[in-house]
Amino acid sequence: MEAVVASAYGRNKIHPQKFALWVACAGILMMFAAFTSAIIVRQAAGNWLEFRLPDIFYVNTVVILLSSFSLHTSYLAFKNGRTSLYRGMLAVTFALGAAFVVLQYLGWQMLAGIGIELTTNPSGSFIYVISGVHAAHILGGLGALTLAMLHAFLLPHKVTPARKLRFELTLTYWHFVDFLWLYLLFFFTMLY
Amino acid sequence: MANTAIKPVVTEEDLLIEEYGYDDHFHEHHHGDKYQSNFITTYIFSQDHKIIAKQFLITGMFWAVIGALMSLVFRLQLGFPEENMAWLRPVLGKWITINDAGIGTLAPEFYYALVTMHGTILVFFVLTAGLSGTFSNLLIPLQIGARDMASPFLNMLSYWFFFLAGLVMFFSLFLSTGPFSGGWTAYPPLSALPQASSGSGAGMTLWILSLVFFVVSVLLGGINYITTVLNLRTKGMSMWRLPLTIWAFFVTAILGLLSFPVLVSGFLLLMFDRSMGTSFYLSEIFIGGQALDHVGGSPILYQHLFWFLGHPEVYIIILPAMGLVSEVLSVHSRKPIFGYRAMVYSILAIGFLSFIVWAHHMFMSGVNPFISNFFVIFTLIIAVPSAVKVFNWIATLYGGNIRFNSASLFAIGFVSMFISGGLTGIFLGNSAIDIQLHDTYFVVAHFHIVMGVAAFFGMFAGIYNWFPKMYGRFMNETLGRLHFWGTLIGAYAVFWPMHYLGMSGVPRRYYRFDSFEAFGQFATMNQFITIAAIATFAFQVIFVVNFFYSIWKGRKMTTRNPWGATTLEWTTPINPGHGNWPGKIPAVQRWAYDYGKDGKEFIPQIKPVEEGESEAH
Ligand code: HEM
Ligand SMILES: [Cu+2]
Repeated sequence: MEAVVASAYGRNKIHPQKFALWVACAGILMMFAAFTSAIIVRQAAGNWLEFRLPDIFYVNTVVILLSSFSLHTSYLAFKNGRTSLYRGMLAVTFALGAAFVVLQYLGWQMLAGIGIELTTNPSGSFIYVISGVHAAHILGGLGALTLAMLHAFLLPHKVTPARKLRFELTLTYWHFVDFLWLYLLFFFTMLY
Repeated sequence: MANTAIKPVVTEEDLLIEEYGYDDHFHEHHHGDKYQSNFITTYIFSQDHKIIAKQFLITGMFWAVIGALMSLVFRLQLGFPEENMAWLRPVLGKWITINDAGIGTLAPEFYYALVTMHGTILVFFVLTAGLSGTFSNLLIPLQIGARDMASPFLNMLSYWFFFLAGLVMFFSLFLSTGPFSGGWTAYPPLSALPQASSGSGAGMTLWILSLVFFVVSVLLGGINYITTVLNLRTKGMSMWRLPLTIWAFFVTAILGLLSFPVLVSGFLLLMFDRSMGTSFYLSEIFIGGQALDHVGGSPILYQHLFWFLGHPEVYIIILPAMGLVSEVLSVHSRKPIFGYRAMVYSILAIGFLSFIVWAHHMFMSGVNPFISNFFVIFTLIIAVPSAVKVFNWIATLYGGNIRFNSASLFAIGFVSMFISGGLTGIFLGNSAIDIQLHDTYFVVAHFHIVMGVAAFFGMFAGIYNWFPKMYGRFMNETLGRLHFWGTLIGAYAVFWPMHYLGMSGVPRRYYRFDSFEAFGQFATMNQFITIAAIATFAFQVIFVVNFFYSIWKGRKMTTRNPWGATTLEWTTPINPGHGNWPGKIPAVQRWAYDYGKDGKEFIPQIKPVEEGESEAH
């Protein structure tokens, strides 16, 4: 993203790129809101196979919550100049994020194991598709984290406004996909 | 240097900008040179909002011509079903079948493909990208006093995703099985089962791919527009001083941001149904006597997801047109817009309400009638802010010192169209009346007048008005007026009779009517409509010629502010360079509508409020 050309009049409380990220998150949220309302509409129409969500989806939740926590720690360490904590926690976050995706995959296998395959009944199909789309967003986050790690490990630790901004963008997005998962889990537990 | 446009003539505006403007040290950073150094970065992969606006406009015009030509072909079919179409064979190839007697007929599958493509192209490529893409890009930075969009790079991507979407759709026109043919709303099962019709296979795959690219384009653009309006307004430009154009683009972008992702969700489920064997939308379907093993799906679910976008989408199309019209009417009647705040609140109310009326497209889809009642009420409530706007436009014109030129004529024509089409919306919004009218030509008449023609009129008003800002030249005025009168009369001649067809129950999307006894009586009316459509198209050719001729040969602009407008874009040099203002950014001292105040014809926004002015905004 090209640095802002046009920042006109210096009264902005929030950086335009951060603001743009929030706006983008609102768009993503709408996409998932559509999915969850689709579940409600579809469930009301009957022919809805009931099953229990495999426990692994809850393990997942713990993993992603921890990753938000570790990324935040890394961010604070970055700001306070604690280089090894900054780098270490960033790596931990990446590992947790990757673990989330793997666990998600295992979760799908478990679903298939209890006889809920992708095409068995819309009730199961929704879980696959929605958690799959969410996982794609996590993958995007992992991409951003990779970039952040490159910066962290290859560059000397310096708190420049540009690096701080980039970190904050990554952080915001990561917290967002974390929140998104909680939102989805809420629906998965309430409706299944 | 990027600022070739600095003119030696110093005007009053320059002095005002120099004295009160805001110095952001923009030109010390040499941004301009960085990405406007050669032909490719200046004109093709440009990051300058003014160039991107022109790219959107010209691409939109290209699609408008294609879409309109398609409609002429299917209108020929409807008006003259017996006529020999063999002469179209060089263009349409195998879609014209020739019988032993040498008579060519349009293949029914292709008739449906044409109708579908016409709708998709006009709604998305022309009236969404071509309209809001053009004018949001051109006017947001210029009218709020910004150097460019918040992210010029994303802005450039937005155009190129649109381009890519167009490329994919264009390619689909040449598939041997034809493009998608299940209607622009792409309802399942026609859209979900590749074997359902010839266009449902590869045609649909490309259609959906194209639209996903398109949504990416809209979202990238929209994020930028919202961020720019909220964060990059110049000093003194409070929200309440924004021209109505900006308010309209801003709310449009919010609507797009909140509704297009829902469409993507709907499409994603559709893709799974198409290729992964899920049954989100499919249930108990027989094709060729064979039962499919899809069970448990609901086609209504798709309709909900589609129309949750679809209805806001129609306002995404009309709001920018409304904004342009408000501005043009005020400038050319030399009066402040009547009820500025009411206009803003109406835009916001329309934006909000547009999210809770979608099921009025589904009254006949088996939605619970009690739920329908809820949607009837909100649908009818939308008429209130719409009527407020109409009232205010008329009040703005009333007693004005109106300059009748191409821009203002189209703006006035917009108001006429919006009234005619809005009134029929109220008929349709009543679920009981809709039982008779749904899926008839009455609906076709309604939305073409209120959305199709009205949005085009808003766009034309905008083009005639801001052409000098885009190209430093004027469009030919005589041709412009000819274009207006031809289009106004032509459009009513095409769409007015359709109301009568619809009230008699003539269904939309039928290949021919002469085989139905009940509809045979309308044969002459259908011929009349077809002839009117061809004539109206001819008037659009005049516009296209005028447009391109004027880019190179039009009368040159000699002053910066030819219309005597108050807004900031007219304080830039005649050919603004990168960064829009050669020196400081102008600061804003007042609202955008000080026309005919205290004996002055107009007072630009950059002029400080003087002592003893009657009222200040
Ligand atoms: C006074 C406000 C309006 C009301 C009450 C209204 C109501 C309706 C209703 C109830 C329908 C569904 C008819 C049917 O399928 O049986 C409809 C269709 C439609 N309306 Fe409106 N409308 C209004 C204004 C608008 C505006 C401003 C636009 C666009 C700018 C618009 C665009 C459309 C379109 C595109 C369709 C047809 C979609 C399709 O089936 O292909 N309407 N309108
Ligand atoms: Cu609607």
